[in-house]
Amino acid sequence: MVEEMDRDDRIFLIGEEVAQYNGAYKVSEGMLDRFGEKRVIDTPISENGFSGLGIGAALNGLRPIVEFMTFNFSFVAIDQLINNAAKIRYMSGGQFGVPIVFRGPNGAAGQLAATHNTSTESIYATIPGLKVVSPSNPDDAKGLLKTAIRDDDPVVFLESEVMYGMKGEVSDASDYLIPIGKARVAREGTDVTLVAHGKSYWLALKAADELEKDGHSVEVIDPRTIRPFDIDTVIESITKTNRCVIIDESNPFASISSEIAYQIQERAFDHLDAPVLRITSKDVPAPYAKNLMEYYMPQVQDAIDACKKVMYVN
Amino acid sequence: MAIPVEMPKMSDTMEEGVLVSWLVDEGAAIAPGDVIAQVETDKATMDLESYDDGVLLKKVVNEGDAVPIGALIAVLGKENEDISDILSNYENVGGDGQQGAAPATIDSAPDSGEQSSASAPAAPILPEDGRVKSSPLARKLAAEHGLNLATVRGSGPDGRIVKRDVVAAVGSGYQAQPAVAKQAPATPTTPAAPARTPSPVAPPPPVLPMATDQPDETVRISQMRKTISRRLSESKFTAPHFYLTIDVDMAATAEARSKVNALAEKQGGAKISFNDFVTKACALALRSHPAVNASYNEKDGVIAYHKQAHVAVAVAVDEGLLTPVIRNADFKGLDQIARETQYLAQRARAKELQPDEFQGSTFTTSNLGMFGIEEFTAIINPPNACILAVGAIRNTPVVRDGELAIGTMMKVTLSCDHRVVDGATGAAYLDTVRSFLENPATMLL
Repeated sequence: MVEEMDRDDRIFLIGEEVAQYNGAYKVSEGMLDRFGEKRVIDTPISENGFSGLGIGAALNGLRPIVEFMTFNFSFVAIDQLINNAAKIRYMSGGQFGVPIVFRGPNGAAGQLAATHNTSTESIYATIPGLKVVSPSNPDDAKGLLKTAIRDDDPVVFLESEVMYGMKGEVSDASDYLIPIGKARVAREGTDVTLVAHGKSYWLALKAADELEKDGHSVEVIDPRTIRPFDIDTVIESITKTNRCVIIDESNPFASISSEIAYQIQERAFDHLDAPVLRITSKDVPAPYAKNLMEYYMPQVQDAIDACKKVMYVN
Repeated sequence: MAIPVEMPKMSDTMEEGVLVSWLVDEGAAIAPGDVIAQVETDKATMDLESYDDGVLLKKVVNEGDAVPIGALIAVLGKENEDISDILSNYENVGGDGQQGAAPATIDSAPDSGEQSSASAPAAPILPEDGRVKSSPLARKLAAEHGLNLATVRGSGPDGRIVKRDVVAAVGSGYQAQPAVAKQAPATPTTPAAPARTPSPVAPPPPVLPMATDQPDETVRISQMRKTISRRLSESKFTAPHFYLTIDVDMAATAEARSKVNALAEKQGGAKISFNDFVTKACALALRSHPAVNASYNEKDGVIAYHKQAHVAVAVAVDEGLLTPVIRNADFKGLDQIARETQYLAQRARAKELQPDEFQGSTFTTSNLGMFGIEEFTAIINPPNACILAVGAIRNTPVVRDGELAIGTMMKVTLSCDHRVVDGATGAAYLDTVRSFLENPATMLL
C-alpha cells in the first residue's frame, strides 16, 4: 500500500482504526505518519457510510482503499458493494468506473463464533462486476494487492487474520505486479490435483507432504484469484492427474468449490477417473467451542482421506 | 410345519405365470381364501388365493418374475419357523423351485445387456443391477483401445471400472494420457493443412440428421404372446390343415336381422350382429356333422366326438387375441348369444376373462369382416377340428336365374384338421351352415 500511495497520490486508505491505532492488526502501521490524515482516514463504526464514501470518491477520480476490520462487517455495507461498486460501470454504459479496493481479513480465525467467522468469497464472487482475490502468502499478497490497487474496477481483496503474522520472502521489484486471474501451480504432481486458495493452501501442502510419504504424487494449485477463476490451469492439471480434490473453507452450498467442480465436469469429463471431491467447512454457522470448531473446519486428514478416495487407495 | 405355496395351474393352457404383484407383506397373517398376490397367466391377470393359514414367512419370487407351474413362490408357517428345508427341497427337486426363475432370467438377458431399456421391470432377478459402472476416463481409454468394458473387472467402489483397470486390461499397449490430452485442444486449428494434401476422393457431403439409426425397441414377450405362439405353432405344424371356401348369400339374414333388431330396439333387447347369426348357424350345423364337432387326441389314441356345441368367438385384445366360449350355442336364442358375446368380449378386453369362460370350446369362428377382409384362412384352435374364417358382407354382381343381379354375399373359409375331417365332410358341414344363413327361419326348427 505504501509503495502504491507513494506512486499515486490519488490513493487513500479509509476504515476503522486504520490511522491513529495503526490498524486493528497493524496492517497500516506508520502510514498515518507518512501520508497524513487526509490520506489515512479513521472512521466511526459505519461500514455502509465509509464504503459509500469510498465509492463516491472513486467515481470522482480518486482511488480509495477501504479496509473492513473483518469482512464479516462488510455485510452492513453489502448494498454499496453489490449495487453500487459492482454495477455502476455497466449501468452507466461505461461512463463511470469505480477503481476501489475493499480489503480486510476474511474467513475463520479461531474461536470467534458464528458472526466473525464467515468466508465471503462465494458471496462476492457470484456478483458480476466484482473481482475477488485471495492470496495465500506474503509475496502473492504484495503482487496481487498492487495489481488490485491499479485496477480500474472494484476488487474485493480477502486477507486472513491468522496469516497476518506470516513471514516470507517478498519481491523488491518496484512494479511487482501479479496478474489477477492467473493461478499458480505451487507443487507439481501426477496422481491427484489439490486446489486450495488462501489459508487452505497451507493445509493442501501438508496433505501433499503426508501423501508423498506413501508414494502419492500430489499437484497443488493455488488459484490466487477467485473471480475471474483460472479454470484452464486446473483443467490442464486434471488431464494429467485425472483426479481432483478442492479445499474450500466456505460453507459447502453453492460455494467456490461447487463452481469449480461444476466447471471441471463440464470441461474435463472424459479425463476424470473419479468424482471430484471437496473439503469445506460444515454446513452450519461456525461454532465457538474449540473442539467443535476443529470439527467444523477442513482438516489435513480430511484432505488426505479425500485424495486417497479418488485415487482408489486405502 | 411350514407350508409351501406353489404356482398353481390357473388355466388349461398355462405353463408358467408371472407374479404381477404381492398384496401382502412378509410377516402378515394369512387365512384360507385371502388373496395374497396377482398372477398373470397366458389369458388373464388373476387373484392368487391361499388355501392355508399361517404367517407369510418368505416371498420366494419377486414381482415381475415368471415361474413355471409348481414352482415355489412363497412359504407360510409359524413366526420364526425354520424354512431352510423347504427352500432347499424346491431347489433340488426337479429344479422346479429356484431354477424356475431361470427361464425368465434367460428371456430378459438379451435386452438387459447393452441396451437395458425395456426390461426394467424384470430387472430384480438380475445380479445387482447388471450395469457396467466405469469412470468417464476409463470409458474413454477403453474406447481408444477398442476394449469392451463388460470384459473388465472394476476395482473401484461398487465394482466401478477405473483407469488402472483399463490400463491393466490393455497391458503394455497403454500410452500415457497427457500426450493425448494436450494435443486435443490444438486439433481444431490444425486439420486444415494436412487434410488438403492427399485426399484423392472427396468425402461424401454431410447427411441431414435423420432418425434412421434408432436402435430397436425390445419388449419382453408377454404370457399371452407366448401362448399364442406355442399353441398356434403346435396346431399349424401338427394338424394338417386344408381349406374350403364358400360364398353365402346373406340377403335373407340381412333382412331377418333388420327385423329382429328393430324389435330389439323397441323392447330394449340386445343388438344382434351378423356374427351372432354365424355363431348360431355354426352351432346348429355341428349337430348334424359330428365329425366336425370332434377332437383328435393323439396322446390317448382316440377321437373325441363332442356332444355339446360350444362355439368360441375370437376377440382381438391389446396384446393379442382371446377366444371366449358361447356354451351350447345351438340351444341359445340370438338375443342370448348376442348378450353373452358382448359381455365376454368386454371381459376379454379388460383381461378379466376367467378359465371357465375361455376353455372347453368345440368349434371356433374368427371374423375379420369389419376390416373389409373378403376372405382369409384361420389356424385351427386346438383341440378343435375346424375353425371358420368369416369375411366381409359385400354387395357384388351375381348371376341369378341367368340374370345379372346385385347380391349381398359373404365368403367363409373353413380350416379343417384332416386327421379328423375329410374334404367331403367339411364341404357338407359348410353347405349346412350356408343353408341356415340363406334361410334363417330354418334355424328356428
